[in-house]
Amino acid sequence: MNNILAITHKELKSYFASPIAYVVIGLYALVYGYYFYAAVRFFERQSIQMAGLGAGTPAVNINEQLIRPVFQYSMVVFLIVLPMITMRTYSEEKRSGTMELLLTSPVTDFQIIMGKFLGAMGLYAAMLGVTLIHMVLLFWVSRPEWMPILTSYLGMLLMGGCFMAVGLLISSLTKNQIVAVVATFAVFMMFWMINWIAQFMGPTSQAVLNYLSITSHLEDFMGGVIDTKHVVYYLSFIAFGLFLTARSVDVERWRG
Amino acid sequence: MIEVQHLTKQYGPFTAVHDVSFKAERGEILGFLGPNGAGKTTTMRVITGYMPPTDGKAIVAGYDVIEQPIEAKLRTGYLPETPPLYPDMTVRDYLMFCARIKGVPRGDRATRVKTTMERTRIADVANRQCAKLSKGYRQRVGLAQALLHNPDVLILDEPTAGLDPKQIIETRRLIKELGGEHTVILSTHILPEVSQTCQRVVIINKGRVVAVDTPENLTSRLQGSGSLYIEIDSMGADAQAALASIAGVSGVTVSERHGAATGYEVAMAADHDVRRELASTVVSRGWGLLEMRPMRMSLEEIFLSLTTEETENTEAVQ
Repeated sequence: MNNILAITHKELKSYFASPIAYVVIGLYALVYGYYFYAAVRFFERQSIQMAGLGAGTPAVNINEQLIRPVFQYSMVVFLIVLPMITMRTYSEEKRSGTMELLLTSPVTDFQIIMGKFLGAMGLYAAMLGVTLIHMVLLFWVSRPEWMPILTSYLGMLLMGGCFMAVGLLISSLTKNQIVAVVATFAVFMMFWMINWIAQFMGPTSQAVLNYLSITSHLEDFMGGVIDTKHVVYYLSFIAFGLFLTARSVDVERWRG
Repeated sequence: MIEVQHLTKQYGPFTAVHDVSFKAERGEILGFLGPNGAGKTTTMRVITGYMPPTDGKAIVAGYDVIEQPIEAKLRTGYLPETPPLYPDMTVRDYLMFCARIKGVPRGDRATRVKTTMERTRIADVANRQCAKLSKGYRQRVGLAQALLHNPDVLILDEPTAGLDPKQIIETRRLIKELGGEHTVILSTHILPEVSQTCQRVVIINKGRVVAVDTPENLTSRLQGSGSLYIEIDSMGADAQAALASIAGVSGVTVSERHGAATGYEVAMAADHDVRRELASTVVSRGWGLLEMRPMRMSLEEIFLSLTTEETENTEAVQ
């Protein structure tokens, strides 16, 4: 455990020593903040209209009509910034020769991978942490339900974990960070678009594609439901990605 | 302390190391000598557990590097060819991180890092970023990283590459100090380094061991009959014939000319010391005797003769 934390600590330090952490968090805060502002203005107008119609109209729901869409749409930014978090994890170590230090130190491959994964997750969590500021504001002016918000965060963390696992795997395959970031982006795009493609398919392939889509499993979390089906999907996705990363590092060893 | 048994490493169809075996005892400094591409780095990478061998095994401090990698790695310090530094970390942070993953107990880390920095003379750059260090400092930070956990075995891949002459002398002195308590394997293609620091030499060429011996033994073994270098100002007379006529001289060749003076290489028949006769011949003829010295086969020549011999052999086999 100490070894895992040592590597996690080192990873986080290097994110914040380089511009990556600031670019990732800054970019996300900017886009998310702008979208949040626009959504709040829209929600405000909507509530005033609803109030004007008088009794009998359905009440506006801040969870369903503000928080959920804001979370959903802001995830587009993940597509762009998450590949930047994982691009250097292995590529940089391979290029600068520090891989030799890690692989000849008394740590296991699993500890290295977990350390790197947790480091990337740490930065991702810090990025999500920015949105807490907006949540605090909402709780100040209104009374949203906090359970769906909590499950949304849990869902986003799990989904981010899948993206991190894919990113680590791709980074372990190349020495070149640019290749890593572009390939990771392409794979994320593919997982993203699977639902859109599913619409044009027959019922069976639609069900399969929907199940494979990383984002479709997030729906229930956003609605405030923790379904083990989705938790299992995300956790097995992460485990499989990290397992493949371990194999890829091993292959590199044999090849030299 | 280190035992390499029938080690073979193949990269696809290419055999980088072929059936290499050698041993290093506790406290010994073993030189690993060979031209570029001979398989030195590959052998070292197998010993350090960086890559598995295709065949054979390596045992460090009693632990097989494949069967018990963590135990073996805890007792090994490794300086790769390019020092493995994280460019955006300061030297102190870097060494603290290394100490942590190399299993130095939490309470000892700060003092261990401090003493190691003093020992490798990098304390003055402790707070500088690794990216901004000169080549000499990088090399020494790399060495510090290898020493941190006080390992039984030190594997150093070209430890003096890129250092200036003063740093080279300091580093060699440090390595000599380290022998005794640690077992050191150092690879190099700089030959004087081997004769100055190592107790034993393994010469490797094209993935095979061609010789294992002490530097002195290697020199004497390949010496054969001796030869002398003599420089004479013969005032125009034919000195070559005069020298060749001395009993015990088996051949005289002109090797250098400096103005009026000529340098000759005089080959002596076995068990004949002809230095007195040579000197009296020259002096009695009234010539100027400017220089006379025995010609020893340098490690360079031994190395070349061993490695080229090997090439001829393998070509003959093919």
